[in-house]
Amino acid sequence: METDIQESRDIEIDLLLEAVFRKYGHDFRDYIRVHVKRRIDHRMRVSGCNHISEMQHRILYDRRFFETFLQDFSINVTELFRDPSFYLAVRREVAPVLKTHPHIKIWHAGCATGEEVYSMAILLREEGLSQKARIYATDYHPAVVQQARAGIYPIDMMKEYTGNYQKSGGRRSFADYYRADYDSVIFDRSLRDGVIFADHNLVTDGVFGDMHMIVCRNVLIYFNRNLQHRVIRLFIDSLLPGGFLCLGKKESLRFTGCDHLFETVSDSEKIFKKRLFDSGDRIRRDQ
Amino acid sequence: MKYEAVVIGGSAGGLDALEIILTALPADFPGAVATVIHISPDSDNYMIGYLDRRCRVTVKEAEDKEMIQPGRVYMAPPNYHLLINSDRSLMLSAEPRVNYSRPAVDPLFETAADAVGPRLIGVLLSGANQDGSRGLRRIQENGGLTIVQSPETTRAPQMVQAARAACSVDHVLSPEAIGTLINRLFG
Ligand SMILES: C[S@@+](CC[C@H](N)C(=O)[O-])C[C@H]1O[C@@H](n2cnc3c(N)ncnc32)[C@H](O)[C@@H]1O
Repeated sequence: METDIQESRDIEIDLLLEAVFRKYGHDFRDYIRVHVKRRIDHRMRVSGCNHISEMQHRILYDRRFFETFLQDFSINVTELFRDPSFYLAVRREVAPVLKTHPHIKIWHAGCATGEEVYSMAILLREEGLSQKARIYATDYHPAVVQQARAGIYPIDMMKEYTGNYQKSGGRRSFADYYRADYDSVIFDRSLRDGVIFADHNLVTDGVFGDMHMIVCRNVLIYFNRNLQHRVIRLFIDSLLPGGFLCLGKKESLRFTGCDHLFETVSDSEKIFKKRLFDSGDRIRRDQ
Repeated sequence: MKYEAVVIGGSAGGLDALEIILTALPADFPGAVATVIHISPDSDNYMIGYLDRRCRVTVKEAEDKEMIQPGRVYMAPPNYHLLINSDRSLMLSAEPRVNYSRPAVDPLFETAADAVGPRLIGVLLSGANQDGSRGLRRIQENGGLTIVQSPETTRAPQMVQAARAACSVDHVLSPEAIGTLINRLFG
């Protein structure tokens, strides 16, 4: 494509994102550009819009159309016990520390349809931690939070998930945690005791205080460096000193400018620990 | 120099052809190379280490947000799509499978075509599906050079056949000849 056309398209995308932000409050302006373009291209193809400006018009005047657009941006691909080795590392490296606290608070940020949350709830139960744990499960996309709350998943995934569970160090019968209902399974209601589901946008909403652990996996990869930095700061402010931060397998703190504020617990599983109070940092931040 | 980067895609049989192409490149190869070969979600990094030892250029797994550099080959990890931003940084994406595959060739080719335009070379190799056609066409539309492996040298010709139906590719060559041509174009 000629650079001139490319430039015009970039302007159209800027204006579209600005329109979405001003009208609906969802801020995608600092998402990775190539990702934004792909999602927009995809929606243009399926909706038959010929120009981005045409799509902008529909988004502004048709809320239902905006909702499909929001759905496009929320890449909510997830699994139960996704990356089993991560959960194994949580059992081995994190659970023993959590056991030393009288109560624990865990935040799943960008929990999508909740598979990650039920995985953690199962792990906590097996580690004898569920009585004293409170989990906050959040995502910016209301429809997926609702699905997370329901905890109903397609039955044909269960074979794979059972394998994941076993690889994650689970030694019970995975089928004890859910009940089959036609082509779905429903996870045991009691796993949700102590779980609070809520809408929360990492770009525009505030701190969840006094967390012992934040799990935010496969969300930051969609953000540019600037936004990654801002969200990591939000996590730092939400974590207790010594609290754990868990990122996705392919994510790192390397480009966030915040890596000095964490120790690495597991490099391969991307588990980090907020350093104990760093007064120098606090002073720098207050300025 | 006319070209800046090469993107290479393949599936069944693609890895063998990729090895032949990459071993033809000199240590000071002045282009960056990004590749997607279909691999199963739980495969390990064995291939990357193997290719890195065999090649004079550096072969590594693509990391999210790293900038592409000349003389380096970036391979998509299992279970993530590999994309290129216009600022030449790489992005890994867990968006759903494309053409039943993740990583898939089309996302890499399409984003590279938009980012690098006429300074891009796209190479499609052996494979038994249709992934990569759309991307190769986009590379051509944006002024880049398109190359496919000659069907008789592939283990599975469907991928290159689909691409030839989708656009009029510039070169149809054996892996050895592709290596030679790329060297000449960057020489
Ligand atoms: C790929 S899913 C990750 C799900 C799960 N954490 C996992 O790793 O399996 C990414 C999720 O991030 C959510 N997300 C994207 N931007 C967000 C934001 N600004 N605030 C909160 N959640 C966001 C999306 O809605 C989506 O559900």
